[in-house]
Amino acid sequence: MHELPVMQSILTIVLKHAARHNVKKVHAINLLVGKLSDLEVEWMQRYFDHLSAGTVVAGARIKVGWVPAVLSCEVCQTRVEVDKVNLDGITCPVCAKNKFQLVSGKKYHIKSMEAE
Amino acid sequence: MSTKVTVVKNVLDANDRLAAENRTLFADKKVFVVNLMSSPGAGKTSLLERTIQELQGTWKIGVIEGDIQDTYDADRIAALDIPVVQINTGGACHIDGNMVREALPGLNIDAMDLLFVENVGNLVCPAEFDIGEEMKIMILSTPEGADKPAKYPLMFQSSTALIINKIDLLPYVSFDLEKAKRDALILNPKLLIFEISCKTGDGLKDWTRWLNEQITALASK
Repeated sequence: MHELPVMQSILTIVLKHAARHNVKKVHAINLLVGKLSDLEVEWMQRYFDHLSAGTVVAGARIKVGWVPAVLSCEVCQTRVEVDKVNLDGITCPVCAKNKFQLVSGKKYHIKSMEAE
Repeated sequence: MSTKVTVVKNVLDANDRLAAENRTLFADKKVFVVNLMSSPGAGKTSLLERTIQELQGTWKIGVIEGDIQDTYDADRIAALDIPVVQINTGGACHIDGNMVREALPGLNIDAMDLLFVENVGNLVCPAEFDIGEEMKIMILSTPEGADKPAKYPLMFQSSTALIINKIDLLPYVSFDLEKAKRDALILNPKLLIFEISCKTGDGLKDWTRWLNEQITALASK
């Protein structure tokens, strides 16, 4: 839903790294995105294409590696991987309690870029 | 020849840095900042009106109003004789750290104890953008349905308190109050829940008493 500001941030970071490494062309950008985020790859690519036009990054493919949403049980610390659409009524498989802390699945990171 | 350039950077770094600077500034000035979030129409401005009327005798209060466009909400707050700055996000679906910083010169935060930031009505994006607040508070109103915690987990996960508004409508809407509370606590076991009606005033005292305690604790630090 907020792909535009996120892609703007990504472009700023990538352009800085491209300049630092004297890159002529960026072919792809590898991202790590938490599964709880509401980012859609198709819209990420479209906004990115729009924002990056005329730069060395223009035409780069956005490749997303999804980071699973993992919860940790508050009582017994068992880690449970969850699907966002399936949080409703979830319980710990070990102690059957239903209070958790979020361990991963929230953030976005740029991992690397493929360039020449 | 294509080569791999390692970057490893949190995408929201720039925002997080600005938010951290805001947080330092608010701590220096001893301003308690609340980031208020909900869907459109859940009652953010109504809650502010009620809360301000209750607390303005005790604390100096200011408000930053975030809207995609227009000043309806800011006008309602200004009518309470409270300093208010309107941010028109121009299409953006949330307020970020930079927008808050830009709004601050319009408010005299040296003479302020409590600052509310009314975020853009949206259950998705505001949860992901830190603005330097002391706490995020969210409102869920009963007509929206009890499925919201399961559908928008990040919002509920990142809030300190959940205010369930429009409880006066419970007899008329099919809102499963127990399910909403249970699901909200799954991802956020420490979440405080207040059940209120801005229309009738039910439950408001519990909320304003708690908020007053939080501000007192910060002010006496």
